[in-house]
Amino acid sequence: MLRYAIKRLGSLVISLIVASLVIFACIEVIPGDPASFMLGINAQPDTVAALREELGLNASLSARYLSWVTGMMSGDFGTSYTYRTPVAEIIGERLWLSLPLALIALGLTVLVAFPVGILAATKRGSWADMSVMGATQLGIAVPNFWFAMLMVVLFAINLRWFSAGGFPGWENPAAALKALTLPAIALALPQASILARVMRSALLDTLSEDYIRTSRAKGLTRRQSLWRHALRNAMIPVLTIIGLQFSFLLAGAIIIENVFYLPGLGRLVFQAISQRDLIMVESVVFLLVFAVIMVNFAVDLAYAWVDPRLRGRA
Amino acid sequence: MTRWILGSVAATALLTGAAIAKTDVTIGLQLEPPHLDPTSAAAGAIDQVLYANVFEGLMRFASDGSVVNGLAKDWDISEDGKTYTFTLHEGVKFHDGTDLDASDVVFSLDRARAEDSVNAQKALFANIDTVEAVDPTTVKVTLAAPQGSFLFNMAWGDAVIVAPESIDDIKSMPIGTGAFKFDDWKQGDSITLVRNPDYWGDAATLEKATFKFISEPTAAFGAMMAEDVDAFYSYPAPENLAQFEADPRFTVLAGNTEGETILAMNNKQPPFDNKLVRQAVSHAISRQAVIDGAMFGYGTPIGSHFAPHNPAYVDLTGNSDYDPEKAKALLAEAGLPDGFKTTLKLPPPSYARRGGEIIAAQLRDVGIETEISNLEWAQWLEQAFRGKDFGLTIVSHTEPMDIGIYARPDYYFQYDNAELQKLMADFDVEADGETRNQMLQTAQTIISEDYVNAYLFQLALTSVVNAKLQGIWADAPTQAIDLTGVSWSE
Repeated sequence: MLRYAIKRLGSLVISLIVASLVIFACIEVIPGDPASFMLGINAQPDTVAALREELGLNASLSARYLSWVTGMMSGDFGTSYTYRTPVAEIIGERLWLSLPLALIALGLTVLVAFPVGILAATKRGSWADMSVMGATQLGIAVPNFWFAMLMVVLFAINLRWFSAGGFPGWENPAAALKALTLPAIALALPQASILARVMRSALLDTLSEDYIRTSRAKGLTRRQSLWRHALRNAMIPVLTIIGLQFSFLLAGAIIIENVFYLPGLGRLVFQAISQRDLIMVESVVFLLVFAVIMVNFAVDLAYAWVDPRLRGRA
Repeated sequence: MTRWILGSVAATALLTGAAIAKTDVTIGLQLEPPHLDPTSAAAGAIDQVLYANVFEGLMRFASDGSVVNGLAKDWDISEDGKTYTFTLHEGVKFHDGTDLDASDVVFSLDRARAEDSVNAQKALFANIDTVEAVDPTTVKVTLAAPQGSFLFNMAWGDAVIVAPESIDDIKSMPIGTGAFKFDDWKQGDSITLVRNPDYWGDAATLEKATFKFISEPTAAFGAMMAEDVDAFYSYPAPENLAQFEADPRFTVLAGNTEGETILAMNNKQPPFDNKLVRQAVSHAISRQAVIDGAMFGYGTPIGSHFAPHNPAYVDLTGNSDYDPEKAKALLAEAGLPDGFKTTLKLPPPSYARRGGEIIAAQLRDVGIETEISNLEWAQWLEQAFRGKDFGLTIVSHTEPMDIGIYARPDYYFQYDNAELQKLMADFDVEADGETRNQMLQTAQTIISEDYVNAYLFQLALTSVVNAKLQGIWADAPTQAIDLTGVSWSE
């Protein structure tokens, strides 16, 4: 298990280095100058030059890459060109929204998908299975921003149960959770639909395996063999999907963040790109890559936990 | 019994509603300020939140665009028009408790015009020779040459007075002298201001004001309908305005801005270096069709680069009436009977993107084919504005009184006319109001008759406001949401 973990860790570090190079190279070539963006169309050229100097944009590419990477190792992501505050601080604040939102959405996803998927698989072909398949098809097909808008019309404009959006901050946890409810549901709907279907098919696969018949033959009840053998083996594809979904929810909530005007990471990146706040874009993208790689690492470890064969293989 | 309870609940609700009028306001804005220093960025959102509320200058804009005294109680201009002596109000305190005195004014103006200044409107200060503090409440500004627009310049958000003690943190902790103090900034979400109890002038009625940043038009609609925000300044979805107008809970304010929206032509790039071609383009465009189609009817046609609500305005729309036949004839006269092909580069705002499609269709009717490219602002600034790599582009010039850009031959549309350059130089040093107005009228006429650009319309400002909220400016003489006179009617 340890060797397996070390080997995974090695490939993780290499992935991070490559990612930092690719991100920096891709983002620095985008045309557009943060200084002229800040100063608008009435500014004089010498003013723009003064701002470029102040922002440190006149340094060479390699010097900027090195200072960015070495800074990040010590937790210093640099200073945002537009906001003029440390990037780490801004990202930290946004994470306080994006991370809980992703976790709540993922929690809802699992909470809905597991029972529904298991039910559909065990009652294969029944009306319950049919309706699960139909409902999840719909859940995947409905665009989540549209679903989000429908919820706003119903719960915020007509019933007035919720605000149409915004985030009051965590000083008041109840209000904060309430503000995240509709966005989390909107995010979870398609994810839960996908996960339920994956759960169902993975479970159907394992339920038809020989070892299930064997376990039944040695006297386990249907339920016992489901919980002890089938479900555990069905977890591999399910965990993979959950890992992907978490990374997606962390960064991919841009549209939902816009619909509910939430100050999350997705919106931060979106704004930073249009303002050419390159250092911000680079740092957020890198952080997301880091998160994806870490989640995959965790998923790899989880595979080894559910599948003992992987531990030896390394 | 139930009835009695319900009745008394309703009565209590009514009573408390009548007794305690609301003292806070939440205003929706589409764009968030990048930081909070109005003296080092062009972003209009900075001024919208802070101008007149948190920061004040020597002079300030009133709601009708006129320039009135701000921190200056009085001012005096010397005989030769070169020395301005400002007397400051006494007892003015910055929000950190320090006193405002003449040295702060010297600091602010010197900072703005310094060599390494990053003031987006540095030109406003270019004519200043020296700034001296005569005594704690008297500042003497000496100009290199007389300048009729000096007081006007001092009213801009880029000319507000800041203090050396608080300048280092101004971008996140703005310390001004205004009727509101900065309270909190939840980045990506909102900025909160609270009433300044020690304000030197008339205290604000509101105790608290929150600016909430909602970029998505559909979210703006939801926030307004759910009454999460009390007003949405410059409401981004004109297609919903009729619905708000019909709803008694809301008022729709339609006002003027300083935004001349133009189809800019690259005056140095063939064939636009030929006046006949520029004239043809101007005649090929139906302004009303653009206003109706792209702006849902909001906007005032213009025939030159000048705001219709300004007293010096002349209506020159007749110079470029919609006349496709004439446009074709002009193209033939210019040696292009079969038209030509050019680029049309469009920045993100809807006036450009929607307007661009309509204009492209109108130009096609007279034989001008356009290749449309949609650009982000940063790309537009790089390609069209700095690189001058465009044939046509649409942009709204939102700075007040910016006809002076036509005297800058290196400005992106590259108009080079010595007569106009001389006129604008003379205008800068002219102090007499009547003569200044005449000069402005001449300038408008010159650029209109030279067909420098095709002048489309003055951008309208449409805001949706809770019907009980009073005092929100309908017009935008500068990028400001001055809350000092805003109150609830109950």
